[in-house]
Amino acid sequence: MIEGLAAIYIFMLAAFTGNEVISKVPVILHTPLMSGSNFIHGIVIVGAMVTMGHADGPLELTIGFVAVFLAAGNAVGGYVVTERMLEMFKSSKEDK
Amino acid sequence: MLSDLLSYLIQGTYFAAAVLFIFGLKQMSSPKTARSGIIWAGVGMVMATLVTFLVPGLHNFGWMLVAIISSSALAWYSGKKVAMTDMPQMIALYNGMGGGAAAAIAALELVRLVTHDGFELSKEVQAMAVAGAFIGTVAFSGSLIAFAKLQGLIKKTLRFPGLQFANGLLFLITLAGGIYIATSGNSFDPQVLAGFFILALVFGVMMTLPIGGADMPVVISLYNAFTGLAVGFEGYVLGNPAMMIAGIVVGAAGSLLTQLMAKAMNRSISNVLFSNFGAAGSGEGMAVEGSMKAIEAQDAAIQMAYAEKVIIVPGYGMAVAQAQHKVWEMTELLQENGVTVKFAIHPVAGRMPGHMNVLLAEAGVPYDLIEDLDEINNEFATADVALVIGANDVVNPAARNDESSPIYGMPILNADMAKNVIVIKRGQGAGFSGIENHLFFLDNTRMLYGDGQKAVGELISTIKTL
Repeated sequence: MIEGLAAIYIFMLAAFTGNEVISKVPVILHTPLMSGSNFIHGIVIVGAMVTMGHADGPLELTIGFVAVFLAAGNAVGGYVVTERMLEMFKSSKEDK
Repeated sequence: MLSDLLSYLIQGTYFAAAVLFIFGLKQMSSPKTARSGIIWAGVGMVMATLVTFLVPGLHNFGWMLVAIISSSALAWYSGKKVAMTDMPQMIALYNGMGGGAAAAIAALELVRLVTHDGFELSKEVQAMAVAGAFIGTVAFSGSLIAFAKLQGLIKKTLRFPGLQFANGLLFLITLAGGIYIATSGNSFDPQVLAGFFILALVFGVMMTLPIGGADMPVVISLYNAFTGLAVGFEGYVLGNPAMMIAGIVVGAAGSLLTQLMAKAMNRSISNVLFSNFGAAGSGEGMAVEGSMKAIEAQDAAIQMAYAEKVIIVPGYGMAVAQAQHKVWEMTELLQENGVTVKFAIHPVAGRMPGHMNVLLAEAGVPYDLIEDLDEINNEFATADVALVIGANDVVNPAARNDESSPIYGMPILNADMAKNVIVIKRGQGAGFSGIENHLFFLDNTRMLYGDGQKAVGELISTIKTL
């Protein structure tokens, strides 16, 4: 388990990283980048799996099932959509 | 010994996944490397998911696989099948799912406090779980409303006097419920927990319903950041550093992206969320004088074929009609006739920043013909024809000269300054934002009514006969 203070450090550094990574982005990439970051928070699937893996009884199992189902949709859908969008950018580059 | 190794493997993989996510995001912020960025991030995701099956002490694998496989198949299919034009609402939908997943994790952890005797969470963990639950739930229901609006399932924009006050009250009640749950250990009333989630759902709905269509991209981006935060918080609850890092990175990147988008529209985020866009107070704008004058496709085609310079302003209507290929065909014909043709793209044309660039790139329009707002705005005065295809609010001169208009101050493309303006439009109604467009009533504007693809097709066949 990560102790309180270490967690705050992680949060702070991650926030700076996120800010830094996309600070200079051309307008044209706004949509793909939003889609890409949408995919990345699909990592929630890992948490959903762990939580569902500990679930007992129908109520907990149902909530866990919903969590995993939604998370998988986020990850897979986010990937497919982003990939399709970025593929298009590639072809436009080649045309040029 | 073996369990130690397993633990190293799992933690090491999560660490590698976090590194790959950040690296991928960095790659995605430049057009040259964007494509490899998503693939690296994808590798990280697959690794992290697979290694999670090895986490000791888990059960329910059967149902877990059912959930993963069925949802993945649905998302894969819908993501592959959706038209490029409908991309924005799909992002909203997938984002909402992520927020819902984070909220469901929190719900399960909190339910466990009630159903399992002796199960406890430390104070700050419980507080984080509740905070993530709230943010995730709002992102969930809010994103679903954004999806429904863009998909056309909800047409009306709900506004009534005192709405902001009601929303504020709703927020405070939900917050109070959250604080009660966060501070009462495992002795809270389960009904309050249920009520808390329901209120958070309703709050997400109420917060999104009054927001107009033109602002949707900013809102989706905001909910994207919300989901990131919720995922980060639940990562803390579960002691999972990959979730913490990825979630907070997305939360921060998403917040910045939201600001950049809002700035491109010359609005602040609070203005997007809380202004009475189009409601009483900001007024309906000045009454419009004059009338809309129609034109036949033949006349419009002749006007363009004998022009020296034509500037095309595409908007969401072009995307809906899938007219981008026809538009490029017409452009090539005009170029053969010696006409200079350029495309003027407003930063928020379509439903997403960059939406039009993607569509025109798909049709094969070379980059050097596509100009941004700053580059092209002075050129309209020298253009013989400005051809507006399915764009509306982004060419409304009211934004420049009518202080009472709700969109006053938004940067627009000065299409009205061209010698002639031809507007291809489906019907006479107002735009997505519901504001009358003064451009349509100008003396030098002619309306070519019809579906974008069909109208451009008629233009093409006329130009060919000349």
